[in-house]
Amino acid sequence: MLGRTAQNLFWLSRYIERAENMARMFEVGYRMSLTSRREGSASEHLISMMQAAEVEEGFSRKHKQADVNAVAHYMIFDEENPSSVRSCLLAARTNARSVRTALTIEMWESINAAWLEFAEIRPRDVTGARLQELLGWIKQVSHTYRGALLSTFLRDAGYAFSQIGNFVERADNTARILDMKYYVLLPRATLVGGDVDIQQWTMILRAASAHRSYRHVYHDRYKAWNIADYLILRPEMPRSLGFCVSWINRTIDMLEEIYGARTAGHDAADAVTELLEGTTVDRIFEYGLHEFLTEFINRNNRMTDALAESYNFY
Amino acid sequence: MSVTPPFDEMHNADGSIRDPYLILDEWLKEQPPQALSLMRSDAESLFRRLGITFAVYGSNEGTEKLIPFDIIPRIISAKEWRRLSKGIEQRVRALNAFLHDIYHRQEILKAGRVPERLILNNSAFCPEMMGLDPARGVYSHIIGVDIVRVGPDDFYVLEDNLRTPSGVSYMLENREAMLQLAPELFQRLKVAPVETYPETLRRTMESVAPANAPGSPNLVVLTPGIHNSAYFEHSFLADQMGAELCEGQDLFVENGKVYMRTTTGPERVDVIYRRIDDDFLDPLTFRPDSMLGVPGLFDAYRAGNVTLVNAPGTGIADDKAVYTYVPQIIEFYLGEKALLKNVPTYNCTNDEERAYVLEHLEELVVKEVHGSGGYGMLVGPASTRQMREEFRKKILARPDNYIVQPTLALSTCPTFVDRGIAPRHVDLRPYVLVGDDVRITPGGLTRVALKKGSLVVNSSQGGGTKDTWVLED
Repeated sequence: MLGRTAQNLFWLSRYIERAENMARMFEVGYRMSLTSRREGSASEHLISMMQAAEVEEGFSRKHKQADVNAVAHYMIFDEENPSSVRSCLLAARTNARSVRTALTIEMWESINAAWLEFAEIRPRDVTGARLQELLGWIKQVSHTYRGALLSTFLRDAGYAFSQIGNFVERADNTARILDMKYYVLLPRATLVGGDVDIQQWTMILRAASAHRSYRHVYHDRYKAWNIADYLILRPEMPRSLGFCVSWINRTIDMLEEIYGARTAGHDAADAVTELLEGTTVDRIFEYGLHEFLTEFINRNNRMTDALAESYNFY
Repeated sequence: MSVTPPFDEMHNADGSIRDPYLILDEWLKEQPPQALSLMRSDAESLFRRLGITFAVYGSNEGTEKLIPFDIIPRIISAKEWRRLSKGIEQRVRALNAFLHDIYHRQEILKAGRVPERLILNNSAFCPEMMGLDPARGVYSHIIGVDIVRVGPDDFYVLEDNLRTPSGVSYMLENREAMLQLAPELFQRLKVAPVETYPETLRRTMESVAPANAPGSPNLVVLTPGIHNSAYFEHSFLADQMGAELCEGQDLFVENGKVYMRTTTGPERVDVIYRRIDDDFLDPLTFRPDSMLGVPGLFDAYRAGNVTLVNAPGTGIADDKAVYTYVPQIIEFYLGEKALLKNVPTYNCTNDEERAYVLEHLEELVVKEVHGSGGYGMLVGPASTRQMREEFRKKILARPDNYIVQPTLALSTCPTFVDRGIAPRHVDLRPYVLVGDDVRITPGGLTRVALKKGSLVVNSSQGGGTKDTWVLED
């Protein structure tokens, strides 16, 4: 397999996952702006959400005021925002075109159809209920692609690179969604543990599609400690950092088996694993949630670099 | 201007149906009124979903267009096809022999059958190819011959296209579309398959692998990348024959051998189906500013460590000025008379012929020697006085830049247009593969001028395509 093909498959999956997560992040910010007025103005919620999504700087350069329409446009449609849903879908399709021969028809069609449909949407038509509908559609695109991949893609190195890309991105996003809590609460740290705090943690669970499954696991009210445990450590939660990392490890082992060699990518994955192994939520809060997440994101990035180096991405 | 109506491939002069079209005619009559427009919109969404598009140069990123597909197939009888394919085979054998000769002893120039200045001063002549021996002596492996029909047995070759002819993916996808849209027609008619093309292409490429390549040579398709207008075709062909689709940056040359950069390091490449023009192949040998090619590729080729499909320098045999000599070329190498006709061509550098051309512009077709895509072309009978005046000046200013031919009455095929089924002019591009043998896929790409009366079939000028059916006996 060409190194470029491996790279394109890796990024293709990342972009699809990112489009989904941008929709999720925006959804949370949007809901907070509608329902958590006591805790701050609508624009404060949107701004903290954009900080977590790392798109706030670019937004402020273009817009003075963070209102829902401006933020929705920036995060969904803006071509100048490299992480907007539009940019992600276009990048995914461009990557897919470059490696069309490495994809199954079903994978290609799901991406191509999504892009064609998205390109038809006129941003100014999308407000209110239509906006909610669109966010749902974006998540659906990602599910369709992943479904096509899981049910049609040959389980060889190409599959491994796709999966690693998918879960590296997902881990990064879950870490950022959790970190949003930090940004949201930063000016009002005194309220940690209060009702309002819980309401915001709920939003975060929602962003991870985890607000219902939480009950199955904890049989308990929403509690900050549990939620952090759920999204960071729980092995059965498919968006938790622990789940993503163990999936990445399994896939990297698969590459080792296919190629008969261990690489620097493995060492970098071990470094991410170490951070999670044997730790507890207590220790994480003690260390500082924000500090922990930042360290995780850094090690996760280093893993991408190491993989690129080991498998001749260029 | 001639008043004889063009040859209608479906109807005899008395309005009765020609044999190959009898069953299609029955089928068309059975279709309820809306069926054909439904089929057309189904076909369109099918093509769009599969991404069978071509990029439009100069427009925004992400703008890709569909070539209109006409759902009424063009039908050619087994007998007609046998005749046609014999003529095509003769032509490609002679032209490959010509290329070998031009890049070796140049006997045909010494014999004075083709003027020396026409070859040696031609920009399509590639001096770097002199004395080089490609595997099996084949230069042009993949050929798309442009043919027009003017009568029941009257076929003319318009162009030979020996460089990197495109369009074969449309031939294959048009067939797929027809199989999905009208399967019952295939039950009633025995249509020769075209699906074997990718496998035959693979076999052809394997047969011209370098002598030092392993038993199962490594084949790749080399593309300029996703922004090229024919990118879909490049990826389609690579996929269909199971070859790696590479860009220049994926390949490199070391010690005279070509390698691709894989996840596990370098892997040797044996045969390259390159869809990059000669000039851009290798910045060390050809254009130094090429970002698309592979530095050192030509040296590896010269050393016999890799095969390029097609060879560089094949353009000298399909040059519009050399075209005039193809009948002599066939006679010279094969000792046979040409089976397919050449369109008579006026040479504007000859005073007498130029005078005739300028007198009769409203009857003639004027083409730029190096033009393509239907641009820079004058179709006399459809032209205005002003356009003719413009071309008169152009020809006088640069007589060597134009060739002039009589306007051919291209045959017509029934075509589904806005107002129902109506005759439209068509041409045909059959695809030929040359390796250990010459193999012609039965059928080819039929291009159709969708505008009423138009003779220009190029997709850039509002042309569409049809599936082309060769019937089996």
